[in-house]
Amino acid sequence: MRQLTYVRAETIDEAIAAHGRAGAQARYIAGGTTLYDLMKLGIEQPAHLIDIADIQGSERIDTNGDRLFFGAGARMADVAEDRVVRRDYPVLAESLAKAASQQLRNMASVGGNLLQRTRCPYFRNGAGGVYPCNKREPGTGCAAIGGLDRGQAVLGISESCTAVSPGDWPVALTALDAEILLSGPAGPRSVPVADFYLLPGGTPHLEFAIRPGEIVTGIAVPKTDAGRRSTYHKIRDRETYAFALASAAIALSMDGDRVRRAHVALGGVATRPWRARETEALLEGQRLTRERALAAGRAAFAGARPGTHNGFKVELGARTIADAVMIAAERNA
Amino acid sequence: MSDAPEPDRVIVSRREALEVGAGIAVAGLAVPAEAQAPAAPPARSIGPGTTLPLSTRINGRPVSIDIEARTSLLDLLRERLRLTGTKKGCDHGQCGACTVHVDGRRVASCLTLAAKAEGREVVTIEGISDGETLHPMQQAFIDQDALQCGYCTPGQIMAGIACVREGHAGSRAEIREFMGGNICRCGAYVGIVAAIEQAATQMRRS
Repeated sequence: MRQLTYVRAETIDEAIAAHGRAGAQARYIAGGTTLYDLMKLGIEQPAHLIDIADIQGSERIDTNGDRLFFGAGARMADVAEDRVVRRDYPVLAESLAKAASQQLRNMASVGGNLLQRTRCPYFRNGAGGVYPCNKREPGTGCAAIGGLDRGQAVLGISESCTAVSPGDWPVALTALDAEILLSGPAGPRSVPVADFYLLPGGTPHLEFAIRPGEIVTGIAVPKTDAGRRSTYHKIRDRETYAFALASAAIALSMDGDRVRRAHVALGGVATRPWRARETEALLEGQRLTRERALAAGRAAFAGARPGTHNGFKVELGARTIADAVMIAAERNA
Repeated sequence: MSDAPEPDRVIVSRREALEVGAGIAVAGLAVPAEAQAPAAPPARSIGPGTTLPLSTRINGRPVSIDIEARTSLLDLLRERLRLTGTKKGCDHGQCGACTVHVDGRRVASCLTLAAKAEGREVVTIEGISDGETLHPMQQAFIDQDALQCGYCTPGQIMAGIACVREGHAGSRAEIREFMGGNICRCGAYVGIVAAIEQAATQMRRS
């Protein structure tokens, strides 16, 4: 790993100023569970680290207003354990509790987690590795396409990249229409989570709608009665501590036994957190049955483009949605 | 136990002093433990620089040492401070062998920049026994035969202690879920879960 400088910032303004002084090779670091890992692989090579984990007040969690507010510095473990979040928005708590290990959840922040990078093995093969990767080194090609693609995405892929968006929390936030709050040299702004994640297209190295020098300062989630009838269902190769093969974030508002409003987002199968509007449309206004939920789940994959070894994700993904819908529906509002 | 090093010797061995010269200074070696402040000092500013003067507390003792900014807490513990009880397994946060406590919370020391320990309290496997008296979790690992090769054991024990303190040892299923970040290639999981159950009962009593 190359030599680098480190400084701990105590305020957002201090961090942004330090980033401006340090220039293009500066990176903010919070928990470091992604960035430091990728630095060890030579994939990230910052010359300057500005530590924003201890910015005063950045760990604030506020569930009292008309929106849930999560300070970007709040640790994943703390949001996962928050009493109100667990009771009223299990989809959020479960998406965090089913991510990583308790060690990493104690380190990683909910803001930094939004910027987690893909686990595509060809991407992680490392700088100077034998396999090309358009995300790691733009224009070199994609070894995953036609390669060992069991874990790759089937939705949102391009000729340049099929890497899966790795997160769980961003999928839950996508289902609930969260806003990402940012602050940078040009001041604060907010971006709907739907616009925060970019499709790979011909530029898979561009992943997030975040500008140079900007910091994620917080996450706002509009309150909804669908929160109580919600779940994050995650299917993995092992029972715990693994990335999703397929996952579904579901939240339902019901009128009696009919679905009034369905929030559905998918993980593990797409190149970005994936909102499944087709599924939502097929559920809304309907009485829930397992058959109907499965048909709605299948609709999310109508445009799927599997590769050689990941065709199973189409059926697995549809069943994951169906199971999740039935789990959410049985929860007491 | 016999392989638990004397804290003083660990913190600044003659070899360490020779290697890093004036870069390391340890405060309070002559101060009895009970005279030391019980709480970690508040985090203070650190940096900027490629070399940083780090002030932290490790296993209850103040440590001041110059570090490279890129150094991991794991490498600081093992390579500079000779606290080799904490193990390097994958070095990528995937195996749990490097688990230590920072301000009472379990973390993967391999993915923790050493600079982040500034002003904090670090506890390693060397810091949990009371002299020759083992921590209940250590004794439970012996009683339940919770290891074979032993390489993952320091991380398992540190994670297990945290698991109990967090309130996540209420059932075998919960223990398995919250110990998921600690891999045992020998497959001693049945014993590990039993050990944490045993220690949890004792830790709740005391």
